[in-house]
Amino acid sequence: MELQAVLMAAGGGSRMTDLTYNTPKPMLPVGNKPLMWYPLNLLERVGFEEVIVITTKEVQKMMSTDPKMKQEVKMKLDVVCIQEDGDMGTADALRYIQQKIKTDVLVVSCDLISDVALHEVVDLFRAHNATLAMLMSKAHEFTETVPGQKGKKKTAEQRDFVGVDQSGKRLLFMANEADLEDGLSVRKSILRKHPRMHIKTGLVDAHLYCLKKAVVDFLTENKSISSIRGELVPLLVRKQFSKTLSKQKMKDDSEDQTQKKNDELLISSRDESLLQLAQERSCWNDHHGDMSEAYHGGKLRCYVHIMDQGLCYRVNTLAAYIEANRLVSQLLSLRCSCMSLFFSFTINIAMNVQLKCLCSIQGSVICSNAVIGRGADLKYCLVGSGQRIEPEGEKRQNKQAEIKLGSEISVLNFFSIQ
Amino acid sequence: MIFFKEVILGFRYWVIASGWCFFRRNVNDRQDDIERAKTEGKELTKEEKQRLRKEKKQQKKNKEKKDEKASQGSEKEKKSGSLAAAAPQPPAKSTTVKTPSAVPAPAPVSVPSSLEAPAPVDKPSKTKAELKAERRARQEAERASKPGKKGEPGQQAASGKQKAPPSELQPVIKRLPEHIQVDNPDVLKKLAKKLERQQVMGLNPTKKIPLRLDYGYKVSLFSHLHQYSRKAPLTQQLSIPSTVIHPAVVRLGLQYSQGIVAGSNARSVALLHAFKQVIRDYITPPNEELSRDLVNKLKPYISFLNQCRPLSASMGNAIKYVKKEISNISSQCKEEEAKSKLLNCIEWYIKEKIILAAKAIAESSIEKINNEDVILVYGCSSLVNHILFEAFEKGRKFRVIVVDSRPRLEGREALRRLVQRGISCTYVLISAVSYILPEVSKVFLGAHALLANGYVMSRVGTSQIALVARAFNVPVLVCCETYKFCERVQTDSFVSNELDDPDDLMVTRNGKTQLESWQEVPSLGLLNLVYDVTPPDFVDLVITELGMIPCTSVPVVLRVKNVDQ
Repeated sequence: MELQAVLMAAGGGSRMTDLTYNTPKPMLPVGNKPLMWYPLNLLERVGFEEVIVITTKEVQKMMSTDPKMKQEVKMKLDVVCIQEDGDMGTADALRYIQQKIKTDVLVVSCDLISDVALHEVVDLFRAHNATLAMLMSKAHEFTETVPGQKGKKKTAEQRDFVGVDQSGKRLLFMANEADLEDGLSVRKSILRKHPRMHIKTGLVDAHLYCLKKAVVDFLTENKSISSIRGELVPLLVRKQFSKTLSKQKMKDDSEDQTQKKNDELLISSRDESLLQLAQERSCWNDHHGDMSEAYHGGKLRCYVHIMDQGLCYRVNTLAAYIEANRLVSQLLSLRCSCMSLFFSFTINIAMNVQLKCLCSIQGSVICSNAVIGRGADLKYCLVGSGQRIEPEGEKRQNKQAEIKLGSEISVLNFFSIQ
Repeated sequence: MIFFKEVILGFRYWVIASGWCFFRRNVNDRQDDIERAKTEGKELTKEEKQRLRKEKKQQKKNKEKKDEKASQGSEKEKKSGSLAAAAPQPPAKSTTVKTPSAVPAPAPVSVPSSLEAPAPVDKPSKTKAELKAERRARQEAERASKPGKKGEPGQQAASGKQKAPPSELQPVIKRLPEHIQVDNPDVLKKLAKKLERQQVMGLNPTKKIPLRLDYGYKVSLFSHLHQYSRKAPLTQQLSIPSTVIHPAVVRLGLQYSQGIVAGSNARSVALLHAFKQVIRDYITPPNEELSRDLVNKLKPYISFLNQCRPLSASMGNAIKYVKKEISNISSQCKEEEAKSKLLNCIEWYIKEKIILAAKAIAESSIEKINNEDVILVYGCSSLVNHILFEAFEKGRKFRVIVVDSRPRLEGREALRRLVQRGISCTYVLISAVSYILPEVSKVFLGAHALLANGYVMSRVGTSQIALVARAFNVPVLVCCETYKFCERVQTDSFVSNELDDPDDLMVTRNGKTQLESWQEVPSLGLLNLVYDVTPPDFVDLVITELGMIPCTSVPVVLRVKNVDQ
């Protein structure tokens, strides 16, 4: 087997507590389907047959009762439950399921909605025998107003500085603004090997990682790493250029912690000598202009695929959630059947929606089985399924940018996709 | 009584003979017309009769083999010594492809000679008189019924083939390998069907090896070859945790198509490495024998690799060897034992044919490198580089001129490796080769394959270098291991070649790419050839691990190899 898929669905949704106070994030409905359906659909489309889902007991219960999950997801879901206390990071979760992992892993986060051609990421992983391959996307500005927030508030952005090489594929540098107190410092060894580095800040990390099995073993040894994105990935990126890594022979009696770590990460496959011979005889080099061989002799390589077209959303804030709802129709090409009464553009309407007359709906998403009473004026709203918007006596004005979700999410109806 | 018996026997013969004639007549009606028309009323000469018999036998064979043709892998056809003759063209091809007119002319001439060369088959002797009588009778009948049938007694079979209406199947068909008939839609359909059939048994039958589609406009001279785009890898159509194809093979295919593993030796070594992993992960299904099943398992992998990048001659020989070893495994062998035996065989092959061969070649070439020599090399050949390293280690003082060419610019890599060792080098592009040649004392070239007629197939530009070197009277030495010797015969670079991604020819300078929209210009075609063939007149010596041989001795080596095996 080549790759095992792991879906991280235990997150709390700390940045959208308005929505997640009674529904766990993975089961939030986005366009009639629970949020975690989207990454599962992505994996299924590409050809995975089994996924290990790491989640909480509550979500597992909801998954088992949700008809959508049972009918549409044809893959075998191996659900692993962890405690809800929130102390477990993604790396801790990987460590927890270390026994199940037999080959390289593809870690996906449950809040990823994307139509990426996954083979682009995995091809980098395969072709260059990389330790890590991840997906990033050019960030889109959220133009719509977010309910509950007055005006456009730019939160103190924790920007990510991502450094890539000339080809745009090799990951050279990754740091978060929070970790850079004195400024961005780049090691000379990196610049000597890759004199041209492009540093990008406007990228969204899709939290989709291809990791070698050796990394999972490495995690079991190093229990201090708890988050993949926060700690493991920057560590791996830094390790590419670590001095000790380029040396093949390690001193056996060395007790140095860093050397031990490097030892484990050095991926030695069987017939390493044959691979070495093939590389020597091949007339290919990934860089030109200096005297070193391909990959500068480094064994640890990190690659990134940066999407500039296509959908890639991480639904972890309110704004992202609304945006995702609106755009999900592109992903799924929902069929709308409704009677049109005063409609304007960009509306996504599901089936079985009853619209009484004199409605004015603009830029909203209305899920199935909703009943919009007469005289309702909805602007940029998201109406969940089974909701009723009723006129109260006189016209109920302008529900501006509101989100109404039903508490009975299990009653979500869906219709055919794609 | 005896006389009576003989008469009866003779009569029986006559009946059988005439019956046979009638049967043959119905079957080979049109075929006989040509012959009949040619030899109106005259007795058929012995040669003509022999030729007739041979042609008819061939036709029968062809009709039987037509069914089997689809199931035979394309690599088999490549390896079989098929004449790359353009003469026996199926009708669709002759109207679309404008092959150089020079090709049909020599080919038909050579075809009849090859006809005569195989020994005539001994047929049961029919009484010639009866045959003659039958044929004459038929001739008269047909001549009466078909007016306007032209035919001259002296017409040769060759010209007959050339002028024969294209709707007729030529009598002797040397089958063209599938990989050079890309512009024939029937061949493409056959290829798709073959890929469908090559699914891994036992799995979901909808999982099959995908067909890689050609990209862009192909220059008409080369429209019979595949042209793929690097941006559309075959993995797009495969499932991600690839179950149909072993992950090691998928990785290899990706590395081939992206050019990460390039160069004849590197590709063969990487291929054998992948095969080792396949064999390690292989489990014999119940009720199957390892010797047969493993070969069947390898077939779809080879098709997949072939689509990622057409197989090289060295890879083809390596695959042949592995398949032979697998089929030689006795059924008594236990699985573990068999697997370890196979792994050892592969390791032996690499060690002997690649590593030790390189060593031997280096030792013999060092005699040819003198102090104060100026050596010209082209591109990045792993073997030539190895030779130069060894010579430098042994203390010879020489300098190297590296000639490079677009779009691959492999010479940069050769330059880097040589300079890293301390060898002093000069770097020029191929356009300057006639400027630099007066300084050169010898030329060392690497080869992708050595063909059975002594031609050297190598990176495009090699024949150019050899030609200019010959003009300057500079000796040209080709270094090649014997496992790259190929039974194919080719005299030009058109018939069988590889087309690389045409987008590689685009160059971006100062942010502008002039050829960006080349597909929209209807009269523009980009051609990125990979190989060319150098005639043996330009090559002075071939250095192999068996010794230094002239180019024309390649078929001898091949014969000796076949006898050994």
